[in-house]
Amino acid sequence: MYGNDFGAPEEASGGGLLGEVEAAEAALREAAARQRRRVPASDDDLAGFFAEIVEADQKIEPRDWMPEAYRKTLIRQIAQHAHSEIIGMQPEGNWISRAPSLKRKAILLAKVQDEAGHGLYLYAAAETLGISRDELVDLLLNGRQKYSSIFNYPTLTWADVGAIGWLVDGAAIVNQVPLCRCSYGPYARAMIRICKEESFHQRQGYEILHTLAHGTPAQKAMAQDALDRWWYPSLAMFGPPDGESTHSTQSMAWKIKRFSNDELRQRFVDMCVQQAEILGLTIPDPDLRWNDERQAYDFTQPDYDELMRVIKGDGPCNRQRMAHRRQAHADGAWVREAAAAYAAKRAVEKKEKVAA
Amino acid sequence: MNGPFEFTLRLGDDALIAAQRLAEWTTRAPEMEEDIALANIALDQLGAARLLLTYAGELEGAGRDEDALAYLRDDREFRNCLLVELPNDDFAVTMAKLLLLSAYQLPLYTALAECADERLAAIGSKTRKESAYHLDHAALWVKRLGDGTEESHRRMQAAVEQVWPYAAELFAPDPGAPVDPAALRAEFDATVTAVLAEATLTRPESGWAPAGGRDGVHTEHLSYLLAEMQVLHRAHPGAKW
Amino acid sequence: MTDPSPLWEVFVRARRGLSHTHVGSLHAPDAELALRNARDLYTRRQEGVSIWVVPASAITASSPDEKDAFFDPAADKVYRHPTFYEVPDGVAHL
Ligand SMILES: [Fe+2]
Ligand SMILES: [Fe+2]
Repeated sequence: MYGNDFGAPEEASGGGLLGEVEAAEAALREAAARQRRRVPASDDDLAGFFAEIVEADQKIEPRDWMPEAYRKTLIRQIAQHAHSEIIGMQPEGNWISRAPSLKRKAILLAKVQDEAGHGLYLYAAAETLGISRDELVDLLLNGRQKYSSIFNYPTLTWADVGAIGWLVDGAAIVNQVPLCRCSYGPYARAMIRICKEESFHQRQGYEILHTLAHGTPAQKAMAQDALDRWWYPSLAMFGPPDGESTHSTQSMAWKIKRFSNDELRQRFVDMCVQQAEILGLTIPDPDLRWNDERQAYDFTQPDYDELMRVIKGDGPCNRQRMAHRRQAHADGAWVREAAAAYAAKRAVEKKEKVAA
Repeated sequence: MNGPFEFTLRLGDDALIAAQRLAEWTTRAPEMEEDIALANIALDQLGAARLLLTYAGELEGAGRDEDALAYLRDDREFRNCLLVELPNDDFAVTMAKLLLLSAYQLPLYTALAECADERLAAIGSKTRKESAYHLDHAALWVKRLGDGTEESHRRMQAAVEQVWPYAAELFAPDPGAPVDPAALRAEFDATVTAVLAEATLTRPESGWAPAGGRDGVHTEHLSYLLAEMQVLHRAHPGAKW
Repeated sequence: MTDPSPLWEVFVRARRGLSHTHVGSLHAPDAELALRNARDLYTRRQEGVSIWVVPASAITASSPDEKDAFFDPAADKVYRHPTFYEVPDGVAHL
């Protein structure tokens, strides 16, 4: 409905990813149609039955038996993902009031609104695993669950809004497209819905940068500065290198995760190089070059010590983001209480009417 | 002074400033679902503002587009009512403001849809549906807060009292305009009175009727709002975004 | 503190001639708010012409395909709600 009145060059902004989402959706239907025995033979067969479904690329559904660790891993991952969508509204929300044209204001507002929607889809998916949204929100607010470290960096200029759309939403898409094939049905379906919306996000960001990079010298400098600051944090979004990643192997076996951190990071870099060229901006990596043997770009790794520091809470904006979220939650308590009280009164009236 | 340009500008400025205020709620709403709802309403107001300001610019014929009108005028040149520029304050005040605004915009846009000016009529027939939704949303919350807890009742009553005086300005007679605001007052009163009654709230009696927005004499708040909204655009004269 | 706001399942008819399809769930204190929230959350891109909201607690599910061992004696628990059921054929891009 909103913000569809623009278009960045299709091939330059990852249009192929949308095709991958649709392929994942088709695969989901195909696998669902495949014949397989319908129920476990006995209670001793539960684990075998679970493994069979995963093996057949079919989906585990909420009421199925599942290993406790599978359930816990999913809750942690989906919740963290949901929290990221909600906290991630803040850095971009920071520029809604100052967006430099009414068209940009409308697009940005719609985009940040989408992220709230993503958060809610994901909380709903997590709830199918036996945890309530209230519990998850508490875990976020008291710091026991994390969100993506990228949102602990500040948006200092308008170009940062472009850089977030292009790089952060771009990296998110690279990460999330494979999740459309995740073995847990509610998560896979939420991801399909989300990825379709994300492609608009990436395109609007790319278009902002494209306009700036072809604008006045001051605008171009603003765009380059944003790329300089967001490049390495975006690479760090894929997590620590494979050797140090704690959850990866088991998640791959369960088909929650489909590719390793390093594979996804490489895919992202390979995508960005040509896109940056079209922008006329320079990726801040003097060692970035094509490797003919690997058929991929060599690049400088992000500073993983910095990533760890930010995850632990010492990024530039961790405290600010959490304080903002807590404040909003606390300020809204009286409104939520009023709505519940009103609903309770109406329910009592209804009962009395029925009784009378 | 009250030609179609002036009239269209007023409506456009009302919608623009309302959108700017509503968008301030993003990431701050009492519930995540409400964050989305408020953004929807802000987007509707912003969409209306863009249509109206674009048309105002054409009527003026001085080559100003929506952005020139939004970003390159000072507060004394804005023609919005004072109601929309008031700070958001708490959620009750925001809902009280939205109730008054939408109870005014709904009959206004409905009448506009029937007016002789084709462009305004087209805008009216699009925006009246949106206004109906805004009114519905505001009424829904005013009822819940008015008839919720003791605290919410107290806050909602205070909010209604705080913003009520600003309603008067909306209906200042303008017989030459495509829609004379004075003619909308009866419907507004009926709508608002019914919502307040159902919300167990008392309709305030106020002799104080602040005004001036239509002549560019605003509250102290507008200049700050514009300073923030315009800062980036003004820092890069002539740039494209 | 108030009770957590109840969970609602949302069904949208995307176009005339199609049946309502489950699209997801949301929280709201009452049906009226649930309906408004559903419109905002699930039809932001004008996908829906008609929306149903149903309290998740009012849904009784039979799913012989799912063994049900894990959550066993809690058929009335919120977390057993049938959210995100599969989108049937013919409702692309819902
Ligand atoms: Fe998102
Ligand atoms: Fe996004």
